[in-house]
Order: sequence, then C-alpha cells, then structure tokens
Amino acid sequence: MAGEGVVLVTGVSRDLGARFARSLAKDGTEVVGIDVIAPRQDLGEADFIRADIRNPVISKVIATRGVETVVHLAMVATPGAGGRSSMKEINVIGTMQLLAACQKAETFRKLVVQSSISVYGASPRDPAKFTEDMSARAQPRTGFGKDSLEIESYVRGLARRRPDVIVTTLRLANLMGAGVDSHVTRYLSLPIVPRVMGFDARLQFLHPSDAIAALLLVTHRDVPGTFNVGAGDIVTLSQALRKMGRPAVGVPQPATPLVSTLVRRARLVDFSADQIDALTYGRAMDTSRFIADTGFVPEFSSLAALEEFVSLAKPGLISRDRVDSALAAVSRVLGTAAVSDG
Amino acid sequence: MAEAKIIQLGSVGPAGRGSRTSPSASARRLAPAGAGRASQPRGDVPPTPPRSRRRSVPDGDASQTHEPPIPPEPDHEPGSEEEPDTLALGALLSELARLASRSLEGLKSLPITRLGTLAADPVHALTALAEAMGVEWDESLEETVAFIRDRLRGDYAVDEFGFDPEFTTKIYLRLLRWLADSWFRVEVRGAENLPVNGSALLVSNHAGTLPLDGMILHAMVHDEIGRHVRMLGADLIFKTPYSNDLARKTGTTLACQEDAERLLASNQLVAVFPEGFKGLGKPYADRYKLQRFGRGGFVTAAIRAQVPIIPTAIVGSEEIYPLIGKAPALARALGVPYFPITPLFPWFGPLGMIPLPSKWIIQFGEAITTDELGPGAAEDPMIVFNITDQVRETIQQTLYALLMQRRSAFF
Repeated sequence: MAGEGVVLVTGVSRDLGARFARSLAKDGTEVVGIDVIAPRQDLGEADFIRADIRNPVISKVIATRGVETVVHLAMVATPGAGGRSSMKEINVIGTMQLLAACQKAETFRKLVVQSSISVYGASPRDPAKFTEDMSARAQPRTGFGKDSLEIESYVRGLARRRPDVIVTTLRLANLMGAGVDSHVTRYLSLPIVPRVMGFDARLQFLHPSDAIAALLLVTHRDVPGTFNVGAGDIVTLSQALRKMGRPAVGVPQPATPLVSTLVRRARLVDFSADQIDALTYGRAMDTSRFIADTGFVPEFSSLAALEEFVSLAKPGLISRDRVDSALAAVSRVLGTAAVSDG
Repeated sequence: MAEAKIIQLGSVGPAGRGSRTSPSASARRLAPAGAGRASQPRGDVPPTPPRSRRRSVPDGDASQTHEPPIPPEPDHEPGSEEEPDTLALGALLSELARLASRSLEGLKSLPITRLGTLAADPVHALTALAEAMGVEWDESLEETVAFIRDRLRGDYAVDEFGFDPEFTTKIYLRLLRWLADSWFRVEVRGAENLPVNGSALLVSNHAGTLPLDGMILHAMVHDEIGRHVRMLGADLIFKTPYSNDLARKTGTTLACQEDAERLLASNQLVAVFPEGFKGLGKPYADRYKLQRFGRGGFVTAAIRAQVPIIPTAIVGSEEIYPLIGKAPALARALGVPYFPITPLFPWFGPLGMIPLPSKWIIQFGEAITTDELGPGAAEDPMIVFNITDQVRETIQQTLYALLMQRRSAFF
C-alpha cells in the first residue's frame, strides 16, 4: 500500500504521533517525522527530522523530500511548561505555518488533520450527540476548544485555496487506554477527585490503537471531509471514578474556577474552562458518518478503553477488593441478624 | 328575511394558540347573555366550569340530605371567572385539613407496641414498615448486596443519553411507584392505547410547580407495558445541579429536534410536555387550562419520524403545589423561571415541599397517526399547526371530562 508517496507526520515525539509514524512506516511507506524535540519512542523505519512547524524551514523539508501527504498531529491539548501562550502558538501559529508551507508545495496532494471533540464545546443546551454538521451551542472561548476551532478554520481555508488537495479532518474523542497521559487521565488519577456537584458528565473515549487505525485508514484511502471518531458508547464520570476506585469531593459549581486554580497551582492537572464544562455537562459525538463512509468500527468501547487504563493505574482508596470485603462484612452482619430473627 | 349566518372572525380562530384567559370583548358581545356559554368558541375562552350537582342544589336542600354538612367544595373546576381565587384556594385547603384529620385518626389506631419492636430490631421493623407502606423489595439479601457491589464498582451500562436503566428500574421507579400508588392513588385509563413496541410520542399537559407529573407518568407507563418513557426536558433541567444528574440517569434528554428524532428513530417511547415552564409554573387559578403549545416542534419531530402521537391528560398534578406567587425578583436572583410560593412553601420549610396528596387520573388517548402524511408534511406549517391544535384540543377536552368525573381534588 505504498501508493501515497512520502508522508510527513508532525508531532512524532509524542505517543500518538510516534506510534502512528511507526505503524505507517511498517507498511512500507516512506515516512518523515518531525518535532521540536527528539522522540523518546522508537520510530521504527520512519525518518526523524528535528524541525519546528512554526518555522518557515518546514517548507524546505516538504520541498526537498517531495512530501505528498501531510498528517498533522502536533496539537497540544493542555498548556505544558510554556503556559497557555506557548500552547496557542504551537496549535494555531504552527498550523498556519505548516499549511502555508503545504500550499506552496507542488507535490502536496493530501492533508490529514487531527482535530478534537472539544470543537463542540459543552453546555447544558447541547444535544445528546453532536453530528459533524452541528456546531457548538456554546462556542469554546478559551483553551484547546478555541484552538481546535481555529485550526479547523485554517484547514478549511487551505481546502478552498487548493481544491486539488484531499483534506480529511478527524475529530477525535478523548484518548483513553493503557498509558495515555492527558488531562482526563491525570484528573481521574488524582487520589481524591474534586468534581462539580450535582452533575454527572457523559464521557466518550477513543483508544489510541483505534485512533491510529483511523488515521492510517484515511492516510491510505481518500476520504475527504470532516469526521467524528470515537467509541460508540459513553461512560459517566461517576462510573469512571468508581472504576478507578477514587473518592470524589463535590464542589459547588460557582467554586469550580477557584478549585481548578488550586489544582493547577499544585501542578496536578491543568484545565481550561471548556474542559471543565465538558467534565460538568458531558458531551458525545455521533460517529455514524465515519462508520458509513469507511466501514471503520473502533475495536474498543469507551468502557473497555477505560478498563484498560484502570487495570494499569494505581488502585484508588475505594478499590474493588475493599468494596468486596466491606460488603461481605455487612452481609455477614445482616445475614446473622436475619437468621436470629427467623 | 332569513337570519344571517354569523361568521366569526378574529378572536374565534382555531382553538389553541391564544393565551387569553378571559373572553375577548368581541366574544362577550357575540355571546347571548346568560344563555349558551357552551356555544362560545372553545379554545379561546375557558368553557363553562363543569358544575357538580351539589353546587346547583339550593342551600336549603343541603341540610335536608342525610349527608354531613359539606365543607366548601374544593373547586377543582377550571376557569370560574366570577369566583375569587382566594376562595378556591381556601376550599382546597379546608379539604386538605379534612384529609389530615382523617389520617390522624388512622394513626391513632396504630398499635403502640409497634414502636417497641421498632426500637428492639430496627432493620426488621423498618423493612416491615416499608412493606406495609407499599415499597416492594423482593430481592434477597445476596441480590441486594450484589446490586450494591455492581453500583460501587461502576459495573453497569448507560446509553448514549446517559440513561441508566438499572438505577431507574431498581431505585427510582420503586420510590415513584410508592408515591404513585399510596400518595397520589393514580388511576390509569386508556392504557391499551400505549404501544407495546415501536416508537410513539406521548404529549401531555404539564403542571404542578415541580415536574412530578413526568416522573409519575414514567412510573405508570412502566407499570402498564414495561417500557421506559424517555422524557424531553427544558435546558434549565440540565443547567441545574442534581436535576441534571437525575434527569440524565432516568432517561430525560434535552428537548431539541435532534434528540427527539434520535430517540424516535431508535424505537423509543418519548414523552414531551409542550407547555414547558409556562404550564409548570402557572398560578393555581389557571389550573387545567392548557398554555401555549410552543412552536409545534414535537409535531414536526413526530411527522419526520412517522410515529403516532398519543395525547395524554394528567389530572391531579395541579393540586400538589398550588402556586399562589412566583416572587419574580427572588427568582431572577436565583436564575430560575419562578420561585414557587404555595400555601405551605416556604412558610413551613421542608414540610411545605411535601406534595399535597391529590387524587390523580392519567388518561391515554387514542393515537393520532402521522405516517399517512409523508415526511414532507413536516415542512408545511399549516399541517403542523393543525395537528398541534388537534392534540391540544384533545388533551384539553379530556382534562375537562376527567375533572367532571373526579369527586374532589383529594378523593
């Protein structure tokens, strides 16, 4: 399946990018991975070039290697060491520069962009499931949601200016599975989890192996358009916390900004406002269009992905064993009481 | 010369969309004085209050009957314009007092020895008491422990809307069933009109300050045909803490076109309350008067999905919290559509939040089919409006008929 020429993959130093580049190269495709830092993972047969997508030098890489397909995975969902401004620069300015370089390249014929469920925002007025044609009821004004929206608008701009290019945008659900490090997994791994009182968010997950399978599929085949990609089922936040065995502390909704600041100061989890909204009201995507157009069905359900994560995570305070032994004790006491009555 | 046929215009249009509660000036002029209030246009003007026989008996007659003196009649009839609101409310309260004294007498007959056993063996006594009150718990201890373990471990499934069938069936509906059977003594009529399979849209009146009617409807339909009714709720439900959680768990989703169509397409029984907060938060004086039915969005959804509409009338919900004031300033401060002030709330604190034990009747009407219209009809506003009016009028007439049959608000 080496029909797609040279494939440029951005963001290969991170888990998803590295795994994707490796699997793509294994199929015999010539893969060039770029990132600003050297990959910690083995990239297999893929080449690595240290380059910054925010720098015009990227166009040289595209031109000299004769890149035909660009797979853009270099998005940052949470502000890391550099803070929000650096995150925005990587996401928005990086995408702009990369797309500008692509537009000029003559060999370039296909673009695959990783977008996110966060373009749909989260509000109490949301429908149960978003289809690709719906837009956010409450436009995300900060954080990753806003970045994702801007990235998608630049991608649409490129598609307009280069109608010969096949553009596929995949809106991925929150990644979940063994070893995934994201704001959601870090949040669920807190020893005691603060959560917004009186709400039970619906969470939709995507296992990284399914995400890679979907990305490989749209890289190999031509499937232009924007697609939601996620598991078909949902898990509620309370269910996830019980699976993790984590006790939760209710936080009244007006106090959430304060608590999230405290959590950030303690360097535990960094949330933007739209991510807190998503963990309050919940959101899910309708993935039927991608299934209908490509026949791709995720292997992992949200629940299975979560269970895989739980099995490798540190057991929480209310672990399964403790629940079982406590219940056994209670039923013993009640059982003897019932016997003495009878 | 033959009498000219009067073609009424203006205030007389198709029944339903007007929000007037009193006859318009032109309607009053047209109506012959004293005679034939029934000839008045139906939807625009509240019809004649269905007077009970007792009311029409002259005062002298009542003392001659062998019945004990009747306290002022609980005025459960709608739209008696000439009657001051306070009088109707007073009647309702005196009826309530009578009910309370009755149940106090019943309480006296409880053997005092029961209290002794309660202290000696609380677990057994409590389960016995719960059984006596009608809470059915037929699971064994092992099953109960297994259930609690599954819940604590998170071993259960929810659907894409967040509906948790296990929690709903085992806990929520069980509590509601007690409320429905023992407290409201709900009587279900026309259950044969409920579809055993396939999707349908239940359209019901909405009243009672808090949406208890939706919950009771869910419990009753589940009792009758074993299906869960999926409610469509206003966004305020999802904005409010705890109400969001409970609503999602019990199968409610946002009342929007997308969700309605998604539910109807997946063979669900869906219920909608088109009056929304206008119906829920109407003053007690306007009881059983249907409010405006939104923009007919529910009809559009039903036509698109080609599912039948089942008009549903619920009697009894209006009396649970008779709303006498809305404290608009306080409501604005709290961000809610109204702050309920009833004769008992907030004056009696949490006690005032106990719903009055009114007698409920739920009538499911005959299905109004939409499949012969074709999906294109959803784009025709005239068809949508006509069906909206037909549904509204059916519910309104059923409400009046049921009210005539109900002896009092509480028995």
